[in-house]
Order: sequence, then C-alpha cells, then structure tokens
Amino acid sequence: MSRVARLRLATLLLAWAAWEALARSGLVFQGVVPSSLTVLASAASELGNLAFYSHLWRSAEEIGLGFALGSAAGVAIGTSMGISVFFGQMAHPYIHVLAPTPKIIFLPVLMILFGVDIGSKIAMGAISAFFPVVVATYDGVRLVPPVLLRVARSFRASRWQIVTKVYFPSTLPAIVTGMRLGLGVAIIGTLLAEIKLSNRGLGFLAIQRYESFHISDLYAVLLIIFAIAVAANIAIGRVAARLQRHNVMNVQRAVVLNRPVR
Amino acid sequence: MKLRRWLAPAAGFAALVLALAALEWAARAGWVSPFVTPPPSEVAFAGWRMGAEEPLASAFLYTLGVALAATAAAAVAGIPAGWAMYRFPLLGKAYENWVAALFSAPLILLYPLFLVLFGRGPLTIGMIGFLSGVIPVILKTYEGFSAVPMVLVNVARSFNLSERALLAKVLLPGALPAVFTGLRLAFIYTTINVVGLEYLVNFGGLGFLVGTMYDRYDIPAMYAAVAFVLLISMLGFSAAERLERRLVRRS
Repeated sequence: MSRVARLRLATLLLAWAAWEALARSGLVFQGVVPSSLTVLASAASELGNLAFYSHLWRSAEEIGLGFALGSAAGVAIGTSMGISVFFGQMAHPYIHVLAPTPKIIFLPVLMILFGVDIGSKIAMGAISAFFPVVVATYDGVRLVPPVLLRVARSFRASRWQIVTKVYFPSTLPAIVTGMRLGLGVAIIGTLLAEIKLSNRGLGFLAIQRYESFHISDLYAVLLIIFAIAVAANIAIGRVAARLQRHNVMNVQRAVVLNRPVR
Repeated sequence: MKLRRWLAPAAGFAALVLALAALEWAARAGWVSPFVTPPPSEVAFAGWRMGAEEPLASAFLYTLGVALAATAAAAVAGIPAGWAMYRFPLLGKAYENWVAALFSAPLILLYPLFLVLFGRGPLTIGMIGFLSGVIPVILKTYEGFSAVPMVLVNVARSFNLSERALLAKVLLPGALPAVFTGLRLAFIYTTINVVGLEYLVNFGGLGFLVGTMYDRYDIPAMYAAVAFVLLISMLGFSAAERLERRLVRRS
C-alpha cells in the first residue's frame, strides 16, 4: 500500500474512532451523536422501507425535471449570448451579478407563482441549474476557435448548420462541465425547498426525522442523500472527461488541418 | 465600436424596464393576479414602507457580521491548511481530491444535524457558512503555493534562506493573488449559505426578513425583500471583486 493510501486509511479510521468516542463519551446529549452502528442500522431500515422509495422517486422527478428545464434554458440562452455579441453584452451583466446570489431566496416567490406542491420544487431546481449552465455555455461558445467558423463559412454553411455542426460539438465539453455544477446545485436547491415546505421527497423525510427527534434516522437519510449526490456527480464527471478527450483531439486535428491555409 | 459598447448595456436596461412596465400593465389590467405578481410600482412602494417599518439596516449588518466572521474563521483555518498541504506533499496528495470532492458536496443539507448539535442560532448558521467557505480557501491557497515557480524557490534556497524567510519573501507573495481569490470565493459561499439558512431556519438577518414577509402573506413586501437581498448580495460581491483586484495589484 502506498504512503498516500495508508495516510487516507489512517485518517478515516481516526475520524471514525473519534466519532465513536464522542458518541460513547456522554459529553453531548444522548442521541445527538449516535454510534455509527446505530446509524448504519437506521440506514438499512430506511432502505428496507417501501415509503422511502416513493420519497426518492418524488425527489428524482423534481430534480430531473428542474435540471432538464434549467439546463435547456441555459444552453439556449448561453449559445445565443455567445453567438450574438450584442445580445451577449446586453444580458451578461445581469447573468454575471445574479449567478452568485443565494437562489433559495427565490423560493417564496416560486411558491407564490407555482404553488407549494411539486411546481415550486421543479422551478427551484430549474433556477439553480440555469446559472452554472448558462455561464459555462457562454464561455464555451466564445472560446470556439475562429478558424472553425471561417472554414464553415467558406463552405457556405447556413447559420443553423454553424450552430449544430460547429458551435454545439465544440461547446459540448463546456456545457457538460456546467451541467455537472448545475446538477449539484439543482439537487441542493430542490432538497432545500422540500425541507422548507413539502409533504413528500427526501428533503421532507430528513426534516420529518429531525422534527420527531429520530436523530439516527436523520443521519441515515442525510447519508443516503450524500451518497446519491456523490454518485450523480461522479457519473456526470465521467461523461465530461470522455467528451473532453474526444473534443481536444477534434480541435487539434482541425487546427493541424487548417494550418496550411493560413 | 464605441457606440456599440454603450448601446448593448443600454438595450439590456431598456429590456428590463420594458419587462417591468409590461408586468405593471398586465397586473393593472387584470391579466395576472395582483396577489401572485403585484405591479412593480406596488413592490417599490412596499420596499419603501418596509424600509420605514422593518429594521433593514440591522438585518443587513447581522447577516454581514455572521458572514464576515465565518469568512475570517475560514481564512484562519484554511490558509495554514493549504500551506501544510503544499509544505508536506504527502498531505497534499492524500487530501487534495477529498477537499475538492467536498467542494461539490451538498454541505448545506447537513443543517438539520447542525441544528441538533448547535441549536437554532448564529452558531449553526456560522458553522455551515464556515464549512462552505473554508474549502475554497484551502484549495486556492494550495493551488497558489503550488504555482510558485520552482526557479524562485531554488534561487531562494541557493541564497540559503531560512524556511521562514522563504515563506515570507518568496512563497507568500507568490501565492497571495490565489489566496485572495480563495477569500473572495469564501465570502461568496459563506454569504449564500448564511442568507439561505437564515431563511430556512427563520432566524437572523436578511434571509429571515424574506421568510417573515412570506409568512405574513405580504406579497409586495416579500418581492421587495427578495429584491433587496439580491441587490445587497450583488453589491457585496462586486465590492469583494473590486477589493480583490486592488489587493492583487498592490501585492
């Protein structure tokens, strides 16, 4: 085993031992820091409960729809901003200042507009996902090598062809990177909206466990949510890595092919 | 070219004004329910009313205070941690990926746990703020130190500089711009989480204000409160951006 792996293992063991020591020490109120075994048992019983899957499905529905809507809008607007310099300069200041603001603050507005049910959660996911995607797409489109555009124009490609055959393929890695960030914040936004006000979904499940003071169940639900978020992030990261490699090769090939022309 | 640079932002502003005017007209004409989307003029009036009735300044200062305290704590903990990861490459290799993974983890979702541990108060809000802020500080500090050119370090070593002088005269000045970026990111992430949590747990400053207006079903005031929070965070973040640029130029 390498030194890095040994250090990592030692860190994990130490953290776990510290956790167990705290759980058994009596320094904190009983039940506030449950033993890891209790948490694992709670996780198993949550996963064995049929109701859990209906909450999971509800959250997946909200996150999926919100993420899809938000990314689609982000790609469309980001692409138009990148292609039209005028529109880009027009919209960029607003996107730039709105992007880092706390999105959850929109939730009361969304609940007024779309109701306290599934609509406001989807909208929350969509708004959360929109900003990383639009920013990444805009940056990606502006980084498309001008030589590719010149080639397309010299072949008399139509505007639509330029969008689908030049802009889209060379912007794809940037878009996917933006979507990776977007999915992360869409998960956060949707679950926070569920925690604030809802009657179904994983966020609701977590806050219900909190309110009934089933603390080890609360830990278990959060553990499951974290595992899902990490898995989603890894999956989309794999896609991004693959696209990145593919695209870099394409760009290099194009540049090499075009060098004699200049 | 000069005309164009001026024209696009003006068109953007005009579009915003037009959209607000359209909303005003739609609400007044009854196309949309004024209970759902009140006319912007009413929202502006509600904002003015809120400014007179609600403690806006103290809510702002409270949120800013918690966010700044959390950012300061993130700096105190994060900069040495980032330096340690550079100084002892084993630590850097072992932990860099972990810290980067935490950066994209939904840390704010842990807040019910923090409520259990620290109670419903500034400590919970500040702790979540601190956690989300310390990660970019660690990553950026590590990045900054790692990007200091080896040549500079070697020159310093050949002049027989002590470890301390090396840090003060070469490494720190070289890493400072990245550290500032980390601090600005930390401020942004802490503020986002602090405001969001204030709304979620109904406690504290600006976020609490928005929740209160919703709970009172004072819709125009709620819109005004949301706009106020957005405006404040925009101003705060662009101020942080300007401050960072100035500090980088000076260093």
